[in-house]
Amino acid sequence: MKTIDLVIIGGGSAGMAAAVSAYDQGIRDILILERSDVLGGILNQCIHNGFGLHEFKEELTGPEFLFRFVDQVKERKIPYELQATVLSISPNKVVSYISPKGSFEIQAKALVVATGCYERSAGAIGMPGERPAGVISAGQAQLYLNQHGYLVGKKVFILGSGDIGLIMARRMTLEGAKVLGVAELMPYSNGLERNIQQCLKDFNIPLYLSHTVTNVIGKGKLEAIEISQVDEHLQPVKGTEKRFDVDTLLLSIGLIPNNGLLDKMGAKKGKTRGSEVDDSLETTIPGVFSCGNVLHVHDLVDYVVAEGKTAGISAAKYLKGEEKGHKEIETIAGPGIGYVVPSRVNVEDKEGSVELKFRVSRPSKNVYVEYSQGDKVLMKVLKLAIIPSEMEIFKLPKKLLINDQEPIKVSLVAKE
Amino acid sequence: MKDIVIVGGGVVGAFIARYLSAYEADVLLLEKENDVGDVTSMANSAIVHSGDDPIPGTLKAKFNVLGNAMFTEISKDLDVSFGRCGSINLAMDESQLPLLKELEERAKKNGVPTKVLTREEVLKIEPNVTPKVVAGLFCPTAGVVNPFTLTAHAMENACDNGVELHLQEEVIDIKRQGDIFLVVTNKTTYETRMVINAAGLASDKIAAMIEDIDWKIQPRKGEYFVLDHYAPGLVNHVLFPLPTKKGKGVLVTMTTSGNYLVGPSSEFVDDGEDWATDTPTLTSVKAQAKEMVPSIPFQEQIRVFAGLRSTPTTGDFIIESSKTYKEFINVAGIESPGLVSAPAIGKYVADELAAKILNLKAKKDWNPKIRPYTHLAKLNNEQRNELIQKDPSFGEIVCNCEKVSAGEINEVLNRSVPAYTVKAVKKRTRAGFGKCQGGFCQPKVLNLIAKRFGVTPLDVLYGRANSRVLEKESKE
Repeated sequence: MKTIDLVIIGGGSAGMAAAVSAYDQGIRDILILERSDVLGGILNQCIHNGFGLHEFKEELTGPEFLFRFVDQVKERKIPYELQATVLSISPNKVVSYISPKGSFEIQAKALVVATGCYERSAGAIGMPGERPAGVISAGQAQLYLNQHGYLVGKKVFILGSGDIGLIMARRMTLEGAKVLGVAELMPYSNGLERNIQQCLKDFNIPLYLSHTVTNVIGKGKLEAIEISQVDEHLQPVKGTEKRFDVDTLLLSIGLIPNNGLLDKMGAKKGKTRGSEVDDSLETTIPGVFSCGNVLHVHDLVDYVVAEGKTAGISAAKYLKGEEKGHKEIETIAGPGIGYVVPSRVNVEDKEGSVELKFRVSRPSKNVYVEYSQGDKVLMKVLKLAIIPSEMEIFKLPKKLLINDQEPIKVSLVAKE
Repeated sequence: MKDIVIVGGGVVGAFIARYLSAYEADVLLLEKENDVGDVTSMANSAIVHSGDDPIPGTLKAKFNVLGNAMFTEISKDLDVSFGRCGSINLAMDESQLPLLKELEERAKKNGVPTKVLTREEVLKIEPNVTPKVVAGLFCPTAGVVNPFTLTAHAMENACDNGVELHLQEEVIDIKRQGDIFLVVTNKTTYETRMVINAAGLASDKIAAMIEDIDWKIQPRKGEYFVLDHYAPGLVNHVLFPLPTKKGKGVLVTMTTSGNYLVGPSSEFVDDGEDWATDTPTLTSVKAQAKEMVPSIPFQEQIRVFAGLRSTPTTGDFIIESSKTYKEFINVAGIESPGLVSAPAIGKYVADELAAKILNLKAKKDWNPKIRPYTHLAKLNNEQRNELIQKDPSFGEIVCNCEKVSAGEINEVLNRSVPAYTVKAVKKRTRAGFGKCQGGFCQPKVLNLIAKRFGVTPLDVLYGRANSRVLEKESKE
């Protein structure tokens, strides 16, 4: 069986960034396995702009952003295989994959899993009503439109105010479809503020907060949907039904890490539905790293590539046999916090800082984000506004830690 | 002039066609949908029941037990996934022990082997069952089957042996003329010596076209959850509560694809086309299932669906000639345990009714097997490699969730009962059945269908009539 130092699964932004940074650390025996027929992953269908403000200090479209990474991969002559789908990975890192060239088994010394995420479906939320054609995920509509050149409908309603839904509201309007509204279950939007403005308000598309779809009508093709207001327990309120005659219902109701390979390898699952990792992005299986949307869903690709780079550097260190120390402490999502990545941080080395990424559970104003160990508050940061749709990144200086046993807890605390 | 027209291409119609194809006869099957097995046969529990539950002496008991015994051979001949995993009816408290005893008695009368399990025995083989369980009735002959390929492959076998299949053709009227029938459809009129009514939910309407009938079909809805396949496993057997007058109750089972199925509810509905799910019903299904298996991970839920049972007012299957004409055979009211009974019903209707009434001659060269399909997932690395070297499309994965290749999809587009719709491809290959529900692969499936049938992707249907997926080409 062929042995390869570093196998990277997924040739999207996270995988390419990991490959490039591992190469730059001196690793040469690398293979990227990409299931699609081009590198770049989901950015291929994101033809709108707004990418790269952090990474390149300029505003790029998705394809422009990804081409810069493709160039970096090609400049370094990093090997990659396209149309290569990984079927399984054994716990000792034997990767089985197939492509039109054949079926292969390779022994990886280290692995970076960067397989992205997928969209939550109507079935996953148990959407009431019938199951006609015309109820599709926003990303799928985007794929049909931007890569295949087809519009999925002409009268559209959107459930969920996730960014893809908002982007598609604008995109379909520009293509001549009528977008009748966007319903959001929560009392606040789940998309970036700039998308609410640029994709809905600028086109006079109404946003129905605290509303959800309570019926889907149509035998063959979608004919109509009904939305209702929800109460504080998110339950539909009788008598508030509104009917919209539409041929398309787009769903933008959340993204889920595509973590099946790592789950089946036996890596421990985290709160994000990705795997648990330490601050080197290593999973509970030694030499297996996870980064990008398969670890936790990001709102900005810039942060995805930053994470990819970390994974690449960590994989290189692992391959060079660098010890990372054994003193680890856990992180805990305290009150008001949805999740914290990483789940464990190495504190052997007292220098530098610990990078904590987290999301709050609900929007808040004038609150403190509190970092504590046991009863001891290490640091408090005032936030005038904080929302779940924007991931927070905080570098906690390691010198503030009071010991190397007690977990670091991140909590949201009201301002006195 | 046809010898026999079968109305309805569900699992019952398909098996009648399969066994009739063993005779020298001109057989036509008419199906109103765009695929066989597109109504009740695709939305059910997919259980090969042991036959412990039906009342002894009924047709349900008879055909269930006969059908169950046929599945080992059928699943091989028709290349259908089937696993005889066994079922357990769980007694949840002491008060249910008499019910368990009754069920054991019924099973015995039906000739079904059973074993009473103690609480400890249940928990040993099903560690996720509630510790409240007090006993279980184990039926080793029960199993799970892929209901989609069961119907499609039975029909394929029938067509390979000469049966004609017309999809999208709905029977509007049937008249008697001399000693033949005129079957009027939305497309044309057929003359036939015999009509077999296997029209499922519409079987009472079809039967009433030739005579007054004293029975009716009352559609009974069942709603379900489908969970993704994941490790580690949840349950190893089909788990039922003890049956009540309303039916077998909410079950929890693994499917042949390693998914988990939770359901069904049981409510009579007026509309024979009401496949809507609703939150209160599903909430109740969830609660009932959790009483048996408290740890069901509903966060792994990927789909909900509803199916309609063809419940007859007579309480039992109707499998007989009509009162007026022996050449008009009703095969109606085939509700649960209909799926498991279908092969036995098909064989009985062909051999004991149709062949005898029409004096049909058996074919010498009937082939009970279909050409096996390629199952990439079942091959090892060397076998996969060999296959891909011969045809690279088997190395091109279309559905990443379920790992279905373009080669496997091309196979189902090129058989005697081809898949014409996205849903038909999904049912036969599992492309689009996974956790992303076709989010990534549907455009590729659409393109493969369009290419095969020489149409544009705009013409491809999702499933039923008027279910186009795409509206128009985008502007430049």
